[in-house]
Amino acid sequence: MLIELADNDAVQMLASGLEPLRGAELAEIVPGHETLLVVWNSKLPPLQRVEEIVGGAYAVAEAIEAPSEVTLAVRYDGPDLAAVAEICGVSAEQVVARHLAAQYRVGFIGFAPGFAYLLGGDPALQPPRLAEPRTRVPAGALAIAGPYSAVYPRSSPGGWNLVGSCEEPIFDVERTPPALLTPGTRVRLVAQ
Amino acid sequence: MSGAIEVIKPGALTTVQDLGRPGFAELGIPRSGAADRGSLTLANRLVGNDERVAALECTLIGPSLLFHEGGVIAITGAEVQAQVDGAEVPLNSAVTVPAGGVLELATASAGLRTYVAVRGGIEAQPMMGSMSSDLLSGLGPAPLRAGELLGSGEATAAVPPIGVAPVAAPAPEPLLHVIEGPRADWFTADALELLTSSSWEVSSDSNRSGVRLKGPKLQRARSDQLLSEGMVDGAIQVPESGQPIILLADHPTTGGYPVIAVIVSADLDAAGQLRPGQQLRFSSS
Repeated sequence: MLIELADNDAVQMLASGLEPLRGAELAEIVPGHETLLVVWNSKLPPLQRVEEIVGGAYAVAEAIEAPSEVTLAVRYDGPDLAAVAEICGVSAEQVVARHLAAQYRVGFIGFAPGFAYLLGGDPALQPPRLAEPRTRVPAGALAIAGPYSAVYPRSSPGGWNLVGSCEEPIFDVERTPPALLTPGTRVRLVAQ
Repeated sequence: MSGAIEVIKPGALTTVQDLGRPGFAELGIPRSGAADRGSLTLANRLVGNDERVAALECTLIGPSLLFHEGGVIAITGAEVQAQVDGAEVPLNSAVTVPAGGVLELATASAGLRTYVAVRGGIEAQPMMGSMSSDLLSGLGPAPLRAGELLGSGEATAAVPPIGVAPVAAPAPEPLLHVIEGPRADWFTADALELLTSSSWEVSSDSNRSGVRLKGPKLQRARSDQLLSEGMVDGAIQVPESGQPIILLADHPTTGGYPVIAVIVSADLDAAGQLRPGQQLRFSSS
């Protein structure tokens, strides 16, 4: 079942409120940008029961502690920094200053394990994806595309603008949870 | 660990698969696991394994395996000629391989994926609760390579007294039942009609993440971009090309193409057996 919500804050709130039902009733709780995918363990219950569960989840979410915050040390040494500055009509120094100043939150994960879509970026920094994706983007690349920022968890093909790098391991299967940036996590960037 | 099995030839693509690693989709980790779950669990039951343990998923062209210590195996899924030391052995049945025996699987003649369960289960390093190879994410063991040695575990129950399990071979032109997708309203009425009235061809550009289909272009009723949202197994998403893609076990957990319809869970295993070049149809009833 895909639940449409007003914005990503509402998605995070409902996701955290449904978390206690994981296992017993719910198999997967997957945030999207403005949707929450809920996969039931067995058959979809009647709509009235779904409404009860969702209603109850909001009450649960309000009592939950504030989401975790992660600080990432980054360097603005990416090959697309100058191009992003030109597209956005600001100087490279301004790209760095504005990108560091924003307050980010992980909206959802997609593309690859641990690939966190960071929302909350400066509206002046929304370069489109590259016309030709790179066949290889290095692990730890700090990138921007449209309203999103992200750090590539591992080397992969990619079409985002590379503005910098981050040495912090973003995804490690030996860690619990393996993803450093989970949906709802607040993220602060600091210049290394 | 016991029962060393040596990979003489790995086949086109042979991977270790169990029922996957559910429950981590919000971290971007696909469930993965066998693309045809019913065939995996049947193979395991035939050799007295817990049905959730790992087996081999062989894609189109099967492997050759040397059983140094012998063992009991079962072969299910796609139709394929299987031989032990040159003598044909039945599918969907427990088969004893003598010490030093070689199992050879030919090219599948119907369906795409054959499962080989070994009594005791194939052993691999578990990752997040599963031994499955997730080829999209690079989690789990790599596909089999020539010369590699596989281990098997300890059997937990007796081999059941079954001759041959009655299983229908994968259909040449399967009919997959669908329900309306969450973004059906992004498409024209014609597109919804075409989805179920047309015959679709499986593209060779298909894998464990998705089956790409070729057929009439499914037109959208709107031109804006969908924000990324969660995806399920069997979702039929339609990119700008208008050519649908069925999401399989290793699919990305979120995506930005609208989902026109979703294959019902009872028909998901059949989707995992679709082979390049074959035709299929969808039915909404």
